[in-house]
Amino acid sequence: MNDKATAADNQLSDDAIIEIKGMHKWFGEFHVLQDINLTVQKRERIVICGPSGSGKSTLIRCINRLEEHQRGSIVVDGIELTNDIKNIEKVRTEVGMVFQHFNLFPHLTIVENLALGPIWVRKVPKKEAEETAMYYLEKVQIAEQAQKFPGQLSGGQQQRVAIARSLCMAPKVMLFDEPTSALDPEMIKEVLDVMIDLAREGMTMLVVTHEMGFAKSVAHRVLFMDYGQIVEQNTPDEFFDNPEHDRTKLFLSQILH
Amino acid sequence: MDNTTTIDAKSSVKPPVSSVGVVGWARANLFNSWFNSILTLLTLLLLWKVIPPFVNWAFIDSLWWSTSAECKAAEGACWSIIPAKYRYILFGLYPYDSQWRPFLAIIILIGLLFYSRNRAHWKKSLAYAWLVGLILMGLLLRGGILGLASVESTLWGGLPLTLLLSVFGLTAAYPLGVLLALGRQSEMPAIKSICIIYIEMIRGVPLITLLFMSSIVFPLFLPEGVSINAILRAQVAIIMFTAAYIAEVVRGGLQGMATGQFEAAESLGLNYYQTMRLVILPQALKIVIPPTVSQLISALKDTSLVVIIALYDLLKTTQTTLSDPDWMGFSSEAYIFVALIYFACCYFMSSYSRRLEEELDTGL
Repeated sequence: MNDKATAADNQLSDDAIIEIKGMHKWFGEFHVLQDINLTVQKRERIVICGPSGSGKSTLIRCINRLEEHQRGSIVVDGIELTNDIKNIEKVRTEVGMVFQHFNLFPHLTIVENLALGPIWVRKVPKKEAEETAMYYLEKVQIAEQAQKFPGQLSGGQQQRVAIARSLCMAPKVMLFDEPTSALDPEMIKEVLDVMIDLAREGMTMLVVTHEMGFAKSVAHRVLFMDYGQIVEQNTPDEFFDNPEHDRTKLFLSQILH
Repeated sequence: MDNTTTIDAKSSVKPPVSSVGVVGWARANLFNSWFNSILTLLTLLLLWKVIPPFVNWAFIDSLWWSTSAECKAAEGACWSIIPAKYRYILFGLYPYDSQWRPFLAIIILIGLLFYSRNRAHWKKSLAYAWLVGLILMGLLLRGGILGLASVESTLWGGLPLTLLLSVFGLTAAYPLGVLLALGRQSEMPAIKSICIIYIEMIRGVPLITLLFMSSIVFPLFLPEGVSINAILRAQVAIIMFTAAYIAEVVRGGLQGMATGQFEAAESLGLNYYQTMRLVILPQALKIVIPPTVSQLISALKDTSLVVIIALYDLLKTTQTTLSDPDWMGFSSEAYIFVALIYFACCYFMSSYSRRLEEELDTGL
């Protein structure tokens, strides 16, 4: 980690919530993640960018074990991710995930989508879970849609519901896997606004995105990945103004025009 | 006249008369080319040859309440065989004086089925109602208590037997099929291979073979003096057979599920059973309602194969009726009657499934 990033980290609380050390992953013969080392502090917000196929999605999917890593260690909130299914489920309750394609449950109403996790995983009484659900729906400004089904909502609304669904589990970390990539342009802002609100409240966030405006205004740290490695990481100002590596410069010139 | 300016643009142009109404429809669909016109005329000719004679036979020249002797003299259908023999067709060898008992059992069953049609009634109380209803039906058929004469199960026959084999067969085969489908998708090699072997073996064998095995081969392996009820053995064979087919239908539904649904459920921390029960199966089973119901309908009709192991189901009692010298030769009438009963059962299932599909449609 370079000095500037460390300086940024020091303004945050000192205890790490995610620690990844010497982590490797292969898909068959393909070495998709190579020697990843990453420490995320509580309340820290990290944006991960890079060309497609660089392993950025795979990296955050490893953090809640949707993908299994083959070497190195990942510790989330003091729990090491191993094959122990109990540990995996415990980590997943603490880590919220928002997907590119929302992945709402189409057979359940919006409020049922939100209450499902708390009722079955956290064993919250149904009524209380639904009250919590309504609270978060208010927060993402979609409470009036509570009794509808996901198929009746627009993409932007569905993604806001998906964020609220994760929040209902009161996660300590939120992972976002290209949350705006599947949206029509006019809906991107409503989702980013929700994410910015979340950032203001101090949520620990790892966001894979190409929304560089979001990275500039919200992130403490920007990571650039290519060919399965973290090529460069820095504060947003430094990252965008003075990229060090040629690959970073090339990438930025391609996406910023 | 300048009223053209006042005419609403939408109504100002009407479609040509020839393209609407019956004439328009017939032109567009029946006479839209010389080949289709010939087909239409041929079909009309065929219908003219078939329908009037059938109506004559079935309704005009037919006898409804006559003796068999009168029937033999008549030209048309002899529906009289049904009022004369319906009790044997419906209840088989069941003692004549006690036939109100299977009749009552069927009424209870039909009542429960119709009550269960409405999903608003699916509560715990309904499960209890079914439990009580099934016990009641069993007691009515068997007797032996409360002053009811005991009736051996070898005498059970006709409609009660068909419904018994179908209703129990289908309700047991469906959950078993779902479990087999899940097993076949399992990551545990032992469970996976057991399920694959089971499904492929059962599907590779005709139902008749299974029924023969259950009635002839299976008893050979039982210790001396132990015997298992013939109906139960046929029932188990039907359940095993149907379950294998249901399993493959359900597997199709499971494979149609997007991986995102599994990932979303898992990332909330739901375990395997919760993921399956709350997220995956409700969607997968909904997708496969049409093929599942086809499978269940065909299973219902397959129960008629139990005749080959000497069970007196609805079809067998009908055949036996027709061997009565008085009523020989009136098989069309008797078979039409039985066909209508089968049709009513199957139609109940398919109309229910259509309704269920509509109710479960959430727009995605």
